[in-house]
Amino acid sequence: MKNNYLELKDLIKIFGSGRDSVTAVNNVSLKVNEGELVTLLGPSGCGKTTILRMISGFELPTSGKIFIDQEDVTTTPPNKRPTAMVFQNYALFPHMTVAQNIIYGPKIHGENSQSAKKKADDIMKLVGLEKFGNRSPSQLSGGQQQRVSLARSLIMEPKVLLLDEPLSNLDAKLRVSMRLEIRKLQQRVGITSIYVTHDQEEAMSLSDRVVILKDGVIQQIGTPLEVYARPDNCFVADFIGKANFLNTVVEDVTPDGDVTINLLEQKLIIPKAKKSFKKNDKAFLVLRPESIILEKKKPDTITGIIREIVFLGNQMTYIIEIAKQLVTVEMSNPQECESFENGEEVSIKLPVRSLHLLPWEEEK
Amino acid sequence: MMNSSRNRQFHEIAGQLRLIWKEPILFVFIILIFYFLFTFVAYPLFQVIKYSIFIDGQWDFSNYLAIFSKRYYFQPFINSIILGICTATIGTIAGFIFAYALTRTPLPFKSFFRLTATFPIISPPFVVALAAILLFGRAGALTPWLKNIIGNYSVYGLGGLILVETIAYSPTAFMVLYGILEAIDPSLEEASMDLGAARIKIFSSVTLPLATPGIASAWLLVFIQSMADFGNPMVISGNYRVLSVQAFLQITGMYDLPRGSTLAILLLVPTLIAFFVQKYWVSRKSYVTVTGKPTGATIKNLEWYIKLPVYGACLLYAGIVILFYGTIVYGSFQTLWGVNPTLTLQNYVEMFEVGKDYLIDSITLSTIATPITGIVGIFISFLIIRKKFIGRGLMEFISMLTFAVPGTVVGIGYILAFNQESVVMPVVLTGTAWIIILLLVFRNMPVGIRSGIAALQQIDPAIEEASTDLGADSNTTFRKITLPMIAPAFFSGLAYSFVKAMTAISAIIFVVSGQWNLITVAILGFVDNTQYAHAAAMSMLLIVIVLIALGLIQFIVGKIGKGVRTTEILG
Ligand SMILES: Nc1ncnc2c1ncn2[C@@H]1O[C@H](COP(=O)(O)OP(=O)(O)OP(=O)(O)O)[C@@H](O)[C@H]1O
Ligand SMILES: [Mg+2]
Repeated sequence: MKNNYLELKDLIKIFGSGRDSVTAVNNVSLKVNEGELVTLLGPSGCGKTTILRMISGFELPTSGKIFIDQEDVTTTPPNKRPTAMVFQNYALFPHMTVAQNIIYGPKIHGENSQSAKKKADDIMKLVGLEKFGNRSPSQLSGGQQQRVSLARSLIMEPKVLLLDEPLSNLDAKLRVSMRLEIRKLQQRVGITSIYVTHDQEEAMSLSDRVVILKDGVIQQIGTPLEVYARPDNCFVADFIGKANFLNTVVEDVTPDGDVTINLLEQKLIIPKAKKSFKKNDKAFLVLRPESIILEKKKPDTITGIIREIVFLGNQMTYIIEIAKQLVTVEMSNPQECESFENGEEVSIKLPVRSLHLLPWEEEK
Repeated sequence: MMNSSRNRQFHEIAGQLRLIWKEPILFVFIILIFYFLFTFVAYPLFQVIKYSIFIDGQWDFSNYLAIFSKRYYFQPFINSIILGICTATIGTIAGFIFAYALTRTPLPFKSFFRLTATFPIISPPFVVALAAILLFGRAGALTPWLKNIIGNYSVYGLGGLILVETIAYSPTAFMVLYGILEAIDPSLEEASMDLGAARIKIFSSVTLPLATPGIASAWLLVFIQSMADFGNPMVISGNYRVLSVQAFLQITGMYDLPRGSTLAILLLVPTLIAFFVQKYWVSRKSYVTVTGKPTGATIKNLEWYIKLPVYGACLLYAGIVILFYGTIVYGSFQTLWGVNPTLTLQNYVEMFEVGKDYLIDSITLSTIATPITGIVGIFISFLIIRKKFIGRGLMEFISMLTFAVPGTVVGIGYILAFNQESVVMPVVLTGTAWIIILLLVFRNMPVGIRSGIAALQQIDPAIEEASTDLGADSNTTFRKITLPMIAPAFFSGLAYSFVKAMTAISAIIFVVSGQWNLITVAILGFVDNTQYAHAAAMSMLLIVIVLIALGLIQFIVGKIGKGVRTTEILG
């Protein structure tokens, strides 16, 4: 397995010029190892597609470089690049059958039709399309079309597989099963993949690593667990899952980086805080709704007052006022948990391992 | 960190050049197309302008001064404008009523009315004028009846011209308005009704405003066609002198190239203005995006006071169209129109003896020109829509130019440009088949380009990108992916350019020669000699040939268009 199989170096892409120019991608650098699946995740318009199109060669970067397997491909035309793209709307050739679609690439590369056909059969079996070879794409369901699109790319044995929101046209159930299928396939073939999505659940469940983007700038790169548990900034914390942000002030910092804060006269210690803080710094305490534990009111604890209760079947959501700030708490398996009344004062337990501290941000 | 804007643009351009460099075939094609566009579109036009303002190599506006100082020369300009305005107005109204009836009312026999509304498109326009003479001329079948009603009149003149041009060109207005009305979502009208508006109110507050850009477009397009019309005025204008005919007479009758060129420029200016207003202003104002997706917007329970006049107008108009073309059919079998009504085949025999060579030339040249027109047209539309290269806007502009330039101007340009050797064309083309073929190709190409553009805009570019991504170069992608998908549009473009080639007259009349002559010119010759029956017979033959060709192309589309959406050839 090679490291840095795909490398993006200081990519910038600016569309248009003068006053109405748009910086779609701003200084993006990324290294992807062979066999890794990395997702680009971010809200609409943050430049995900643009990055993918620069990797595949459909857009030229305004500046920066792209390397695939140590080779500079920045200006290589798309048809000469060892990449293959799976398009959002599949982009199947409507005038060809499924088999013809899949065999198109090998034929273009001058492969003899026997070996190409053999390969196509193998791939169709791999993605479960062996019965559909003679159908036209318009006679397939969305999920099947997506498989054709995938097969058409996989048959090329590209060095890098690029997927641009491949599941966004499918319904919710199919999306879940297809994403498991894609992940299994990707691991079986061991193909280096860049996967674009704006669905954070999809990103979390699929990826080896996630790249979170905002306005063309990378916010954080990390494993799904990392970006969830220890987000680098408020945007990431908010974008991945739900998060409560409580205003606090840093009381003390030890040389090891353990940070003590004060919350409603209770001292909380955050061991090995990710960011560096100084005494008296303002900061945000990031609390995931499911990590907060509610108990009947006890003395000498952090307390809050329940302001709203929403029952969702598999989960109970409480909105609680703590130190004049509203905090969302989610309790799963509500039948087994203690229940509380609206307006009741409760004690709040914050497990140390799920505490995360972020520097103060003005607009939050 | 960020370099300056200029620097960045330079980078982008350099990047694009690099990409083009890696696709040398594409690069060569672009250069070639530019060469052809400059030589066969821009250069002839430039020659006309040059001849009108240069005398002995000097700037000299005396041609213009002469024209504006003498009523004799200036009158045709006024006449053409008046004719254009009248035809455009009446033609647009007729087209609108038809389009409204077909898209918004439960009119019975819709396909029949649709056919009558579009039929004049496939016949040479001046056939209508011929029919008008047979019906209302000195020996016209309906002349005595009409004289009883309105007293003495002559069909030769403004009135006759407006009548025949309305019939010939209202189909253009119909097609534009049909597309617009069909694309207006009926739920908008239903919403308006739901809000309590009466039918008249719905029409005036929703339908009409939404259709206004379309109406303006239709008006301008008919205006251009009427101004540029040569065949009808040549046959029926009488003493009402219009620019196209006057320019033709100056050049072929008096050999006065500068004066003819100047008249041509006078003809060119209003049509170009109309074209640019249409293309860059009116069409931008449209709220309706024509998606080609019919919405099936029939209103049920329409009140009688709307149905009655609309149906009546449609019936009347269809009756007139049938009357005119029926007259051509009937006239082609008569021994001597208005004198001896015995039916005979003699006209066909004689016409064929005289016109055999014309016929063969017409078919040969059109058959050569049509595929070239189609292929180059579709390729240009592909470049314009799908490729980024320096000069793309210019390419679109020049290739659309011929659409707006009246045939008379193009014809004059061709004889000025190609009757001698020049830097861009080192051989003399005048008198050869090539000049006719090239003229047909570049005159009819905008239609191919337009249908190509429309088809391409409906194809997701990702499909072509997928092909490139799988390793195909531009060339292969175009052949294997794009072309099969736009084949229906390609063939309907072919059909249309064949029809246009077979029925062309205004530009072609300048470049025909003893060696190569065309059927339309022959028909005009018959009319000139008052051999109306022969002219009618030959027109019939021409229409039949065109119909056969259309049927053939439709058949091919049916064969190969499997799995791909087919577009109708006629309208
Ligand atoms: N060809 C283009 N010309 C001009 N601007 C563009 C072009 N392509 C993209 N942009 C702009 O660049 C920005 C990033 O677009 P991009 O398509 O990469 O976003 P995205 O992250 O893929 O969004 P989405 O989730 O909606 O697909 C947007 O502001 C977009 O408007
Ligand atoms: Mg996108």
